[in-house]
Amino acid sequence: MQMIFFILAGVALISGVLVVFQRHPLRSALWLIVNFFAVAGLYLLAHAEFIAAIQVIVYAGAIMVLFLFVIMLLNLRQPEEEVKFMHLGQKVGGIVLAVFTGLLVIYGIAQVALPPGKDLPPGLGNTESIARLLFTDYLLPFEVTSVLLLVAIVGAVVLAKSKLK
Amino acid sequence: MVVPVSYYLALSVALFALGAIGVLVRRNVLVIMMCIEMMLNAVNLAFIAFADYFKAVDGQMFVFFVMTVAAAEVAVGLALIIAIFRNRATVYVDELNILKW
Repeated sequence: MQMIFFILAGVALISGVLVVFQRHPLRSALWLIVNFFAVAGLYLLAHAEFIAAIQVIVYAGAIMVLFLFVIMLLNLRQPEEEVKFMHLGQKVGGIVLAVFTGLLVIYGIAQVALPPGKDLPPGLGNTESIARLLFTDYLLPFEVTSVLLLVAIVGAVVLAKSKLK
Repeated sequence: MVVPVSYYLALSVALFALGAIGVLVRRNVLVIMMCIEMMLNAVNLAFIAFADYFKAVDGQMFVFFVMTVAAAEVAVGLALIIAIFRNRATVYVDELNILKW
């Protein structure tokens, strides 16, 4: 188990680094797909089968296709040019700030003593229990989500249309 | 052999910091949006780890909703990028430094 975790975590971290430090956005997008698959594997490892499937379908499928489509639509043939000296301080500052924040969060987590976990009630599969919750306790958020998606569709169409009549 | 929840949290923090580095360092707005997606993924990973730890499905519900919001955000964000690209013919954030033109 721990072996699989370390392999998947390594894949996720390496592909994440490659996403950030890749010249061309197309290559970043392709490495991000690798990252999403590794995280989906981690979800499987944490007994979240339904979420892992959704991760592959929605993130690695739909969202990344949207990204690749836009990258190719904008046709950014030329890679990002060399960084000017002016941006070097911003780069170093950004990296230092993010790493410092990460260490701060890790320090904060280390301060918390977690209570021991409970046992899963038997007889409930993962997808089944999610569906039960989704249509009982979380019914209102679930319905609001559909409205949110509708608003996003309308907004995307209006924004991407070439000219408003 | 169960993976400790602290390992998941450490990986989640690392991925989040990587995404933050990307948002702060990169100039291409498309890559910045990809890094935002990576940060959302890191948060989802923490949710899943805690859901597994406490044996409660509620954490997975939150991941479900975060994914929905992420999908909506990407759709609207990429439409915005296309609209800006049509006006300015650039995707570099340091060239998009005025609000009105």
